[in-house]
Amino acid sequence: MKEIILTIKRELYLPVEASEISPDKLAGKSVKEIESTKIWEGNKQLSLNDIFNVSEKPNDSDESTIRIVGNAAKIRKIGYRTSSGLVIVEGNAGMYVGEEMSGGSILVTGDAGSWLGMKMKGGRIEIKGNAGDYVGAGYRGTTFGMKGGTIIIQGNAGSEVGCWMINGAIRIKQNTGLLPGIHMSNGTILIEGNCEGRAGGQMRGGKVIVSGYIPAILPSFAFEEIQEKTKFGDEKIVGPFYAFSGDMNENGKGKLSVRITANPHLKLYEKYLEA
Amino acid sequence: MSELLIRNGFVYDLLNGIDGEKADISIKNGKVVESVGAGATVIDASGMIVMPGGVDIHSHIAGSKVNAGRILRPEDHEKDVERHTAITRAGTGHSIPSTFTTGYRYAKMGYTTVFEPATPLMKTRHTHEELDDTPIVDKGCFPLFGNDWHSMEYLAQGRVEECAAYVAWMLRATKGYAIKMVNPGGVEAWSWGRALVGLEDRVPNFNITPREIVHGLCKVNQMLHLPHTIHVHTNDLAKIGNYQTTIDTMDSVRDLGGDSKPVIHITHVQFTGRTGSAWHNVGSGAPEIADYVNKHDHVTVDMGQIVFMNTTTMTADGGFQYMLHQLSGNKWMNQDVEVETGSGIVPYTYKRSNYVNAIQWGIGLELALLVRDPWRVYMTTDHPNGGDFTKYPKIISWLMSRKARDKSLAKINSIARNKLDLPDIDREYSFSEIAVVTRAGTAKALGLKEKGHLGVGADADVAVYNINPTKIDSSRDYLLVRKALKKAAFTIKDGRIVVKNGEILETPNGRTYWVDSVVSEDLGEKVESEMRKTFTKYYTVQMDNYAMTDSELANSNRVEVKAEI
Repeated sequence: MKEIILTIKRELYLPVEASEISPDKLAGKSVKEIESTKIWEGNKQLSLNDIFNVSEKPNDSDESTIRIVGNAAKIRKIGYRTSSGLVIVEGNAGMYVGEEMSGGSILVTGDAGSWLGMKMKGGRIEIKGNAGDYVGAGYRGTTFGMKGGTIIIQGNAGSEVGCWMINGAIRIKQNTGLLPGIHMSNGTILIEGNCEGRAGGQMRGGKVIVSGYIPAILPSFAFEEIQEKTKFGDEKIVGPFYAFSGDMNENGKGKLSVRITANPHLKLYEKYLEA
Repeated sequence: MSELLIRNGFVYDLLNGIDGEKADISIKNGKVVESVGAGATVIDASGMIVMPGGVDIHSHIAGSKVNAGRILRPEDHEKDVERHTAITRAGTGHSIPSTFTTGYRYAKMGYTTVFEPATPLMKTRHTHEELDDTPIVDKGCFPLFGNDWHSMEYLAQGRVEECAAYVAWMLRATKGYAIKMVNPGGVEAWSWGRALVGLEDRVPNFNITPREIVHGLCKVNQMLHLPHTIHVHTNDLAKIGNYQTTIDTMDSVRDLGGDSKPVIHITHVQFTGRTGSAWHNVGSGAPEIADYVNKHDHVTVDMGQIVFMNTTTMTADGGFQYMLHQLSGNKWMNQDVEVETGSGIVPYTYKRSNYVNAIQWGIGLELALLVRDPWRVYMTTDHPNGGDFTKYPKIISWLMSRKARDKSLAKINSIARNKLDLPDIDREYSFSEIAVVTRAGTAKALGLKEKGHLGVGADADVAVYNINPTKIDSSRDYLLVRKALKKAAFTIKDGRIVVKNGEILETPNGRTYWVDSVVSEDLGEKVESEMRKTFTKYYTVQMDNYAMTDSELANSNRVEVKAEI
């Protein structure tokens, strides 16, 4: 297969709506056709070659690949509705990376903006840097977030990771902001670093694991037990953890596991073990 | 001056007794005239239906709660975005379209007049701001009086004439068109955390019952000679077994009827026509209500039909919305308007598979099909409560075609299907009946003398649809009817062609209708000086800042009537 290389020509100031940049839409097209693909920058409709230099090279992989080179922090919706193939962003990416993607994979070597993997149904997204808020969320106002697939963030993520998440898995290697797993009904979120707090607020199901420090557990969570280990997909995560369930305000059956060694201030919950 | 001739169409002008006959309509200076000169622009409507422009009697298109609904539902707009064109502005739908989009979409369906049926008195200025930004269509709004402290106080003291003078002042101050009541007394009770049941419970702190409010304001309506009747959203809306409250409400003003002129309009009866004693045995009260309407000529009703879709419910009935929020678990917005009313907003999805939703769907259609006189039952969806107004063609096809109904019946909850009378109803509306329930009847009920017909002197608001009634069997080819009604071949507003083949050509600003009922000077002054005291006592707003002036409306159309007091 071929690899399509899109090199950003100039610095971008206005948001670029790039829902056309996905293997589903560009694979099999000639360079000329790709160059004339329509794309929006601010309120102006342009051709792809007004922003990118388009080139291609043969590739021994059997996946169609798109490589974006340069600072794409202003480019939104990269990989929109991707169902197969690979998108690589060498640099930063903007908001809505992998929106509604159902398969294939996306790799961003820099940071990604907010709403990463919004309404995602399948596939895999990996971010080498940090991600913004609302990773794996739904559109603002809906109750339908990420339904499947995997998101891996090597750096930090912002607030409300997995908002309204329905299924799938999100792994964050470093820290997150407030309210990971808010409104989630199923799926798993693993935070290997610290969390600013309010983990699992209004969750109805699913699982949130915090391996680092968390300032406090919401009062609407009930302490259940001490777990020696927990699971993230098929992977065993060794504890021990304090295990909670909630959110009771929502009649929730969600699970929240917090590593004991990183959270000595939560020792007070241990007294409930005797009762 | 601009002259227009619509030639050779099948004209449905039921107010003038023209029932699908071939005729020409001549238009000059925005009015229908006897004839026009040879230089007139000719629209060839041969093989097409020509009707007066549609008149919607009940559609929530503007005001603070509509806007609050827009704020609450970004996801509703996301799925329906319209780009600007050289003529039209950009906008969003879906169940709560932005103001400009609302005007365009109505015009595309051949509607030229729309009434916003519930605006809190104090917030009517906001309603008019939005109506001013709703292009093409003529419009007006009905301010809410059913839970207003002043109205309730006057009526509780038995001072009906003073109440009438107060209502006249308020209609002038708010530039309103008719008296609207939403759950009379019940919203006030709800703001104290209580609920009223039926018509006989007393409103907390006011020593008055819903029955007395409805009766009193109906009398006020007659004293002021308002063009429309009172417009009532009854108590107990959406509660199980509420059809009896609806019938009681209609019956409570029977003594004010007579001379075959309606005195009360009950709106969105679908929501207030339920039998049963629990959610699992909810049934349709439409046969009982239709029976009452058939036997009494002082009542008009509208359907409030639901369509199976995701929509946004919004009403001044705050208590009902709280119940719906608890039932559905969906997000909820609540407002209390000091002294006057409240409101609530909850997104909701009507599902075919849901037993109660399927019954609701049946109630609306049964009502329209069982009320024999089309002049007293009107087609609405209570937009956006039962579904948005762009679904009207779908509802019309259900009314016109048993086949269309059967097809939908086959897909709804089977227990509901077996319980409804709808499968046994054979009636199918004709095009002339459709013309009545969507324009002639509603214009008549609203007292709009220049609308809903195409006689000489009428406003030149015309809809031309590309259907040939002699060739198309609406019962069988309901999909063609639906398609034609979605996009009018021509919509003419005040003699200007604003829509051609479903595309907007021009966006003139419509008029805002409001009623100025003139009461005697003595009474007016007396009530005004009383109000000055109560305003300082009750409101956070000064009375002098409260009233709107005529110049605040972009295109004011004052309707003057002489009150009998």
